[in-house]
Amino acid sequence: MNQFQYIRPTKQQAAIDAVAKDPNARFIAGGTNLVDLMKRGVMTPQKLVDINRLPLNKIEHQNNGLSIGALALNSAVAEDRQVREKQPLLALALNAGASPQLRNMATVGGNMLQRTRCAYFYDTTMPCNKRQPGTGCGALEGVNRMHAIFGFSDKCIAVHPSDMSVALVALDAVVQVSGPQGNRSIPFADFHRLPGDTPEKDTNLEPGELITGVDVPDGPFTKHVHYQKVRERASYAFALLSVAAALDIDGSNTIKAARLAMGGVAHKPWRLTAAEQALVGKLATEETFRQAAAVAMQGAKAFKHNAYKLKLGPNAIVQALKTAAAA
Amino acid sequence: MNAEPEPGSPRDDSRRTFLKQSSLLTALALVPGPVVSAAEAKLDERVAESIEQVPLSLKVNGKKLKLSVEPRTTLLDLLRENLHLTGTKKGCDYGQCGACTVHVDGQRVNSCLSFAVMHEGKEITTIEGLADGDELHPMQEAFVKHDGFQCGYCTPGQIMSAVACVREGHAGSAAEIREFMSGNICRCGAYSNIVAAIQEVKKGGQKV
Repeated sequence: MNQFQYIRPTKQQAAIDAVAKDPNARFIAGGTNLVDLMKRGVMTPQKLVDINRLPLNKIEHQNNGLSIGALALNSAVAEDRQVREKQPLLALALNAGASPQLRNMATVGGNMLQRTRCAYFYDTTMPCNKRQPGTGCGALEGVNRMHAIFGFSDKCIAVHPSDMSVALVALDAVVQVSGPQGNRSIPFADFHRLPGDTPEKDTNLEPGELITGVDVPDGPFTKHVHYQKVRERASYAFALLSVAAALDIDGSNTIKAARLAMGGVAHKPWRLTAAEQALVGKLATEETFRQAAAVAMQGAKAFKHNAYKLKLGPNAIVQALKTAAAA
Repeated sequence: MNAEPEPGSPRDDSRRTFLKQSSLLTALALVPGPVVSAAEAKLDERVAESIEQVPLSLKVNGKKLKLSVEPRTTLLDLLRENLHLTGTKKGCDYGQCGACTVHVDGQRVNSCLSFAVMHEGKEITTIEGLADGDELHPMQEAFVKHDGFQCGYCTPGQIMSAVACVREGHAGSAAEIREFMSGNICRCGAYSNIVAAIQEVKKGGQKV
């Protein structure tokens, strides 16, 4: 691993300044993705700014929403009573991700900032436009069974692996950010990027900007929720594809509101707003769910090895909605 | 390094010492001449000294330590290479197998995926710190009784994870145990016996 300078500021502004002034500096919180990438030589920061001493780990409920600090641990959020009560979908998605040990290390901000990636990004002997812009995409004509079916470009077809982010995009979360130019709020759907011609950028954060927290507004999705994760072993594996589903169903089984998002299908967590609209006002039946799933899959396009996702996608959506409705 | 090995640590184990010496000899035999002469001239130590060192205070298995470490030293490498607590194993070194599981302030973590300097002031418990003197921890006893291992390489990580699994309240059923032990891979496939060991400890109700 490359050598680096290590600093541990206790003031937020000092941390922001340190990264804003040095293009080779990176924030580090849990380190579960960054340390891994540094060991493999994929990322080689010259300075690490350890933000674990900043007071950003609170989980609070106030002003009709949850306010979750960027440094709150994934395990702490998943176990939090208010989170389980107000946003059970978020707790389900968090517990579907990684392992108990990793959830004890990974923070909410870090989970969002884990790299959109694939095996070609990790293998420094292979071409990868995300790791080294201009070298080409190894996955395009290579082994691409894990890869995107939505929103990709010919520069990059990798997917974002976070489960938590799939729930957060479905729940209309808002990312709170602090940077050299002050504070700003970013709607979760606008936080991550599609690859386009600049796949080296995973998010819309500006240099030096620090995630301070994420807000999740209260909604009616406290009961009929489900996180369906399809993977190659029972637990502790990335999703081949995942679905976050939340329904608000009235006494006559009519859907009053719906939220739907997919993971493992795009460079960013993939919100399915058209499919949500296809659910609202309809009866919560398998027929309705099938129709919404067909809407959700419009525009999907597969590569050589991931055509199974075109069938798995709608089936997982129907299963997620059925399980949510029965919850 | 001013830390002493924990009682019972395998630091003086003759086989381990032999392996270390023989692997060093192999390494010396394979590297080109100039590197060997540089090593002989202790040049490598001088290079190491010029690399930034960061002071680090830790409590490891109940013992307060004041150390000086290079920032890129992982917690796992600090435990194994510097403190000679070789019970914690290096499996994949990328957070995928759980062999390196230790407790930091009572929480189970993968020691391979964090830098030691990030744990300033924290309390670390490794497999060496679990037993009470010669008396095994109930989870260690249960793993022995139920044959919760074959080759044993993943076992320290499995046991540290299992203790945390019970403490967290995630050992309510076999299914819950399987889910919350999924971060510890056993290539021998001792899973059913590991689940049985954890269930026995959970049912026994002893303080873990």
